[in-house]
Amino acid sequence: MSNIHVRTKINGDVVEYVCEADETLLDVLRNRLGLTGAKEGCGTGDCGACSVTIDGRLTCSCLVLGAEADGSEIGTIEGMANGEQLHPLQRKFLEHAALQCGICTPGILVAAKALLEHNPKPTETEVRFGLAGNLCRCTGYDKIVRAVMDAAQEMRRA
Amino acid sequence: MPLDSTQQNKRDFKVVGTRPLRPDGIDKVTGRAKFGADATAPGMLVGRILRSPHAHARIKKIDTSKAEKLAGVKAVVTRADFPDKTDGDAALYDVLYNIMARDKALYEGHAVAAVAAVDARTARDALKLIKIDYEVLPHVTDVDAAMKPGAPVLHNTIFTDGVEPKPKKPSNIVRRYEFGHGDVEAGFKKADIIVERTFKTEATHQGYIEPHACLANVGPDGQGELWVCTQGHFMVRDTCARLLGMDISKLRVTASEIGGGFGGKTTVFIEPVALALSRKANRPVKVVMSRDEVFKASGPTASTSIDVKIGVTKAGRITAADATLRYQGGAFAGSPVEFGAMSTFACYDLENVRAIGYDVVTNRPKQAAYRAPGAPMAAFAVESVIEELAHKVGMTGIDFRIKNAAREGTKSSYGPTYGPIGLLPTLERAKQHPHFQAPLGPNQGRGMACGFWFNFGGQTCVSLNVNIDGTVALSVGTPDIGGSRASMCLMAAEELGIPYDKVRAIVADTSSLGYNDVTDGSRTTFATGMATILAARDAIKKLTARAAQIWGIEPDAVTWEKGYAKPAGANAGNFPPLSIAEIAAQAGATGGPIAGHHEYSADGAGVSFATHICDAEVDPETGATKIVRYTVLQDAGKAVHPSYVEGQFQGGAVQGIGWALNEEYIYGKDGRLQNAGFLDYRIPVCSDLPMIDTVILEIPNPGHPYGVRGVGETSIVPPLATIANAVSAAAGVRLTSLPMSPPKILAALDRKAAAE
Repeated sequence: MSNIHVRTKINGDVVEYVCEADETLLDVLRNRLGLTGAKEGCGTGDCGACSVTIDGRLTCSCLVLGAEADGSEIGTIEGMANGEQLHPLQRKFLEHAALQCGICTPGILVAAKALLEHNPKPTETEVRFGLAGNLCRCTGYDKIVRAVMDAAQEMRRA
Repeated sequence: MPLDSTQQNKRDFKVVGTRPLRPDGIDKVTGRAKFGADATAPGMLVGRILRSPHAHARIKKIDTSKAEKLAGVKAVVTRADFPDKTDGDAALYDVLYNIMARDKALYEGHAVAAVAAVDARTARDALKLIKIDYEVLPHVTDVDAAMKPGAPVLHNTIFTDGVEPKPKKPSNIVRRYEFGHGDVEAGFKKADIIVERTFKTEATHQGYIEPHACLANVGPDGQGELWVCTQGHFMVRDTCARLLGMDISKLRVTASEIGGGFGGKTTVFIEPVALALSRKANRPVKVVMSRDEVFKASGPTASTSIDVKIGVTKAGRITAADATLRYQGGAFAGSPVEFGAMSTFACYDLENVRAIGYDVVTNRPKQAAYRAPGAPMAAFAVESVIEELAHKVGMTGIDFRIKNAAREGTKSSYGPTYGPIGLLPTLERAKQHPHFQAPLGPNQGRGMACGFWFNFGGQTCVSLNVNIDGTVALSVGTPDIGGSRASMCLMAAEELGIPYDKVRAIVADTSSLGYNDVTDGSRTTFATGMATILAARDAIKKLTARAAQIWGIEPDAVTWEKGYAKPAGANAGNFPPLSIAEIAAQAGATGGPIAGHHEYSADGAGVSFATHICDAEVDPETGATKIVRYTVLQDAGKAVHPSYVEGQFQGGAVQGIGWALNEEYIYGKDGRLQNAGFLDYRIPVCSDLPMIDTVILEIPNPGHPYGVRGVGETSIVPPLATIANAVSAAAGVRLTSLPMSPPKILAALDRKAAAE
């Protein structure tokens, strides 16, 4: 099977790659580009561990083909901090101990960032529904919700 | 292990009990942390495993010739590549049989062959070319059905242990256990009221978000390396080396960051297979399970069937308690029924008590530990009956439990007599908690329950190196599954009297440190923590000796205070204190590197108790349940990093909520799992839940220098019963079968309506 040539922007940088026609964007990111921050928890779009944004829209990268990303802008966890400076969500996750094992953390952070871009002042219920596509098995979500609410408040002040 | 009697157990802490940021935090919020599937190696191949589609089948023939000829395939392995080297070790033979089927496939998903190929597509294609000739056999997946005479028998080698006379015919009942004391029949004669009920719970999965993954690399010289997500890399090394006939010293295992385990990563599945493929292909091989494989071929917990009978006097004192527990643990011996039976009545002070357990095999994947293995189901049954009895004698559940609770000096239902324990404090605190006084809305009910877990110590080895700048490198051998490196740094810093951020903890590989038991039994903060403290004390001895040498005085004339060596008194001499950095800088001239060590089998893991309170709202139209409020009160002994203690409380409670309401392994008549994915096996999501309130109680464990008790497992013991009691209160009818899914609740409401 011949490979497909794709040109994208990932975290602001122009990236070109070739991939097979049936290869997921998640596999391209992880296996071809070395961006292993997105995780495969299920491969069926149920766990959200592979969350990225495509042209600003929150997406499970396991449900998108690498070839489909041609011409789009992709945002991954690796692009969330600004150099040394963590995104407020990343900082608040650490301060609130909102992670235990950390496998779901990249996907949840990407999802939370997308949520706050659409809704800078979410209620607890809105945070809970905004993150309902991301499974976490360690925390029971309590500290995650607190961290997102706290980060939202700080971002509104800034 | 006796503690150093010259050291008073600590009560006044400087850094322990604070909430600093975890040392692995930045890597985990930026995507840099390397988990099991994140490693690569030059020339790496992709390994894939072929699995049985049948629940029970004889494997008559395996033909791999076509797969081997496919371009890009570098190795194929089957049972023929795993000769039996287990030397009569029955438990190890079961592991061997579980990682690659031998004469029979014993469950859907049982590995039957594996390939290593240049890429995933070729590996997948190769699996399709492997031809297996199966003779399909009758199967059984239900625990009660598996115990019946005439049930399909999995192993002709199982003759029930623990019964007299020993059966002459093989069956699926591996062993009978019995625990207790007193005379239950006499106890029931003294009872005014007796409640007897039968309960069922379905199998659940730990549901860690990271599937099993490893990268194996074995060379022609027989030396191997393995990168793997596991709760115990020393266990992986020893097990794989024995199965594959390697010298243990030739296999070096590195634990990756681990994306959840909850007990499910305390054994091997894909690791020996990856090593065998690598050895055969002479190339590195990465094997990563799909989620479907995780459900079908890792180790979920047992499904159970439990009878409980408890008698009380009109005054509310329990006179006798009896239980029979039947747990199926999948296709091999070792369901957690022994722990289940031991823990069944552990919360109560009982004169007459008995718990009988049956370990049963069925055509399901071999169970692995799941957080307090065996205890939540037993607590579900007992605490449901306790609640019912309390109401029958006209008491509240909490007063009834306080009246009958185990306390210091109680002879436990499983044998030992309790030392200082935290059950009554959690109950009394629960009674005062605002949650207990809060009003309930329509269709809402409140439930509570208690839970117990043993906790564990185990073999542990820690190395603490003082660097030349006075900072400290701490090597531990227990994988960090929830922030334990932060706790180790806190305890080392506390003991040495230096700031938290001057200590850096790593999980060392198997060639860099002595043997460590698996991270399980809530043992790491307790046992590795105590080893860290004792290694720090060992280092302090050496640091003070070096200071004595520098000053030219006797070593015992030097004390250690807040990170400094000081003369012990005026008689010792008048020297300005030497900091750890100043002593370390001169180490080369005073005898070489300074390090502390501790190697031991940790004893004295204090048992742990919790009380949970839950408000549930049941929709009478749909039967759906919403948890509206939840509170956990648990004894931590001493909370080293309170945020991560709270996290353990909350995580355990929520796993329990899933188990109580949604989660179950659903088998078809064909013995195949019908819901092997996160869409149909639904674990709680964020929008299902309220905040989980926590109260940490600290009743010091006399077996630990800081009083630490394990906290990770107890938190999943009370929720099943707590929620069942809340749902039963809301629905007005007793629920005895988990999960309490909407159809079951609707059926119970219908039964209630029909009876009224």
